[in-house]
Amino acid sequence: MLNRQGRPTQAGEAVREDRATFTGNKALQQIEPLIFEIGHDEATGVDIDKPAPFRSRLGQHARQGEIGLPGLSEPEAMRHYVRLSQKNYGIDTGLFPLGSCTMKHNARLNEKMARLPGFADVHPLQPLSSVPGALALMLELARYLMTLTGMPAVALSPKAGAHGEACGMMAIKAAIAAKGEGATRNVVLVPESAHGTNPATAALIGFSVKAVPARPDGTVAVADVKALLGPDIAAIMLTNPNTCGIFEPEIVEIAAAMHEAGAYFYCDGANFNAIVGKARPGDLGVDAMHINLHKTFSTPHGGGGPGAGPVVLSQRLAPFAPVPFIHVEADGSPRLVETREEAPAGNKPFGRITAFHGQMGMYVRALAYMLSHGSDGMRQASEDAVLNANYIRAGLSDLMSLPFPDHPSMHEVLFDDDWLKGTGVSTLDFAKAMIDEGYHPMTVYFPLVVHGAMLIEPTESESKATLDLFIATLRDLAMAAKGNDKERFTGAPHHAPIRRLDETRAARQPVLKWEKPAPAEAAE
Amino acid sequence: MRYLPLTETDREDMLARIGVSDIDALFSDVPAGKLLKAPLDLPRAKGELEVERILGRMAGKNIAASAVPFFVGAGAYKHHVPATVDHLIQRSEFLTSYTPYQPEIAQGTLQYLFEFQTQVAALTGMEVANASMYDGSTGTGEAVLMAHRVTRRRKAVLSGGLHPHYAAVVETLSEMANDEVVALEADVTGSEDILSQIDDSVSCVVVQSPDVFGNLRDLKPIAEKAHAHGALLIAVFTEVVSLGAVTPPGAQDADIVVGEGQSIGNALNFGGPYVGLFAAKSKYIRQMPGRLCGETVDSAGQRGFVLTLSTREQHIRRDKATSNICTNSGLCVLAFTIHMTLLGQAGLTRLAEVNHANAVKLADLIAGVKGVSVLNESFFNEFTVKLPKPAAAVVEALAGKGVLGGVPVSRLMPDAGLDDLLLVAATEVNSDDDRAAFAKALSEVL
Repeated sequence: MLNRQGRPTQAGEAVREDRATFTGNKALQQIEPLIFEIGHDEATGVDIDKPAPFRSRLGQHARQGEIGLPGLSEPEAMRHYVRLSQKNYGIDTGLFPLGSCTMKHNARLNEKMARLPGFADVHPLQPLSSVPGALALMLELARYLMTLTGMPAVALSPKAGAHGEACGMMAIKAAIAAKGEGATRNVVLVPESAHGTNPATAALIGFSVKAVPARPDGTVAVADVKALLGPDIAAIMLTNPNTCGIFEPEIVEIAAAMHEAGAYFYCDGANFNAIVGKARPGDLGVDAMHINLHKTFSTPHGGGGPGAGPVVLSQRLAPFAPVPFIHVEADGSPRLVETREEAPAGNKPFGRITAFHGQMGMYVRALAYMLSHGSDGMRQASEDAVLNANYIRAGLSDLMSLPFPDHPSMHEVLFDDDWLKGTGVSTLDFAKAMIDEGYHPMTVYFPLVVHGAMLIEPTESESKATLDLFIATLRDLAMAAKGNDKERFTGAPHHAPIRRLDETRAARQPVLKWEKPAPAEAAE
Repeated sequence: MRYLPLTETDREDMLARIGVSDIDALFSDVPAGKLLKAPLDLPRAKGELEVERILGRMAGKNIAASAVPFFVGAGAYKHHVPATVDHLIQRSEFLTSYTPYQPEIAQGTLQYLFEFQTQVAALTGMEVANASMYDGSTGTGEAVLMAHRVTRRRKAVLSGGLHPHYAAVVETLSEMANDEVVALEADVTGSEDILSQIDDSVSCVVVQSPDVFGNLRDLKPIAEKAHAHGALLIAVFTEVVSLGAVTPPGAQDADIVVGEGQSIGNALNFGGPYVGLFAAKSKYIRQMPGRLCGETVDSAGQRGFVLTLSTREQHIRRDKATSNICTNSGLCVLAFTIHMTLLGQAGLTRLAEVNHANAVKLADLIAGVKGVSVLNESFFNEFTVKLPKPAAAVVEALAGKGVLGGVPVSRLMPDAGLDDLLLVAATEVNSDDDRAAFAKALSEVL
């Protein structure tokens, strides 16, 4: 039987005989050894001339003995890494609906711009007179971020979202200390549904953490927050839109309650991409919010990073922003402030959180994205992201269960595993079966407040046709799960380069690097 | 808008399928009056050509390192990166993938992380390495926090040869968490008395080698004294190429090794993104920050790789995690590991030799300029020069002559009273002509 895309719906219809091969390879799916198994000590893929004789100045520090690093010639290295790449799923491979991670199109124009020698090939400590364009780019990025958030200041240097959280919370801590309340205001409220980075960040910089419960509808109630407020409360860290994919309806009241209690409102901006051009955090009462440039402004995730996490700050936190920052003098000229001592009057930077100026390579990519979209395009992108998420919701909510049906989904839609009860199929099994259908699974088991969570974020980059096919596939899978086709799920993935991996074994007996086989074994 | 696939018709059809009249119905949780009615006051969408023009103009105002004789270092270094590296990291399946949460379709990423961990462990002479930090400086901050967890003490001693930015990162973290830091005075010659600072209250000693002034340091006696008092030695480097030529920290009994990996495979990028290298003795694995990739098998018995020991991490341990880190430097790791694979031991050793040779030649040449002296007894590819004038002005004057001649110490430490010192770095990219141009320009501006 074929579904409306002309694809088979019954197990077995599309499965051809899977004949074993002599090599273990299967056409384009090839087993690739480690470089340590194919390279050797003398091999190299670079040509460097031996220097003319000279008098070493290493003294007694010269290295003795081997490093133990194999090399590969250029063609061997090329083939090794191309083959590895073929075992990876990326956003250019297909739909990548990881909720809260925001896998949107990575435009290659951004890559091209970031590689201009004037950006990629400039040193962070070369004379400032030789980098006016770099400073101008940072100022322009800051202007865009401040305009989009409605906030008066921005600290650019954080290297990732969690690093931005730390930066914002440090500014809050410094502001509290400046008011003489450093010893007493030391508790941070974090909703149960928050990213793990939030409590980890608060603890990292010496706050203790108190959890705020989530209401049955998936949001935070101002009444619950007020009940926890007191002179010991430093701040709340609230994600908005939250990790259940819902815009917090009482956010303005929560911010006001925090301010009234002499505390601050840190907003986790991981999901800012849902509201760019639609609502400004500054209008909601936010004191500090990090922006994941790699999510909202599409700088590529590259297998886990690099990210960039600039933090926008309210007027009362702006003076505490860390060094370095660009101070615009009265005559309009930019001055780079690199140490606390150089800060202009009125500024009390809380310190430095990284060497140099932050993720310039990401600034260029993000600004290229912003220029390309413009204010109209960014607003449209948010609307389309929200539209796509709700379209998926509409297409699946009769089959899969929604834990929080009372609010519209923002850019991501959250299902739970209630609908899988009694099928013997878990959320993880369902995710692995999606791999066999050619999709990267959605975010699973997060947020923690929902049992068996499945968080789907299509982003604005997906066409209606792509979404229709995705919905049809998930419907097919859901029907199979409910129809006792358990083997499809529990054995999945069947068609990935590798079958399901034993994660327990990896944790119980950690093998974190390649070890040279013992000589006896090698001889066998 | 070229990046948005939905058409107006699609949007109408989809709203109808959802059952709402207009898009703002989906934003109904935004409090009244806070929903923006029109696009914000920023320029409208631009075509590819126009974006290239705007950013190209900005980039064109900067002087690129490859365009001039270039000797700037102090934590970031201009090296040649093989064309293969940038080609491979732009492969879609690497560039546009995410953190490998679904290992069966992320074996490419996981395998190179495993190879990277092995390479970093070998280079540093350590037992285990993680899958990268943001950069060397934040890695140093994390190393200090890790040492505090291991020793259950909260006092770090920082060498005066530690890069001032790295020291500042440690100081910021410590100030926030009410931990103690003893930062020694700037140590120009590498002869500070750090041993007398080590006692039973100390959690860790942080020593950089080559240090920020270029001196190579003997770490072994520091490790010995630290261990005698139950403290850890954290060894730091900012120039990873040096490990091709000098005794690695692991062979000097360091407990944690942190460094900047930018030199291998990664561009200068005005300060980021870079890649932090982090290695330790294996007994400390469970206190390590960041991600770890481990080997395992699949259900058919084939070797495969997964992220592991995640019970240390923020998404499970929340406020008890070993760090708050979520993102790492995945793509920068890939660049590092490809370049290192191309080099191999033979290539890295040769590269290090050429770097050192070029630095020695440069030091000899500029030591011959009147009024200039080189202060280091030993160095790898960077050294400290004493000038008869404030170095900041000299660097500006050199730039006026088309030579980017190093980092004035006053830029890193304005209050140290070391205004006449200049940090100069040489690498394989410097030619005889570059060195001659530098020496000539220097003699002209002094």
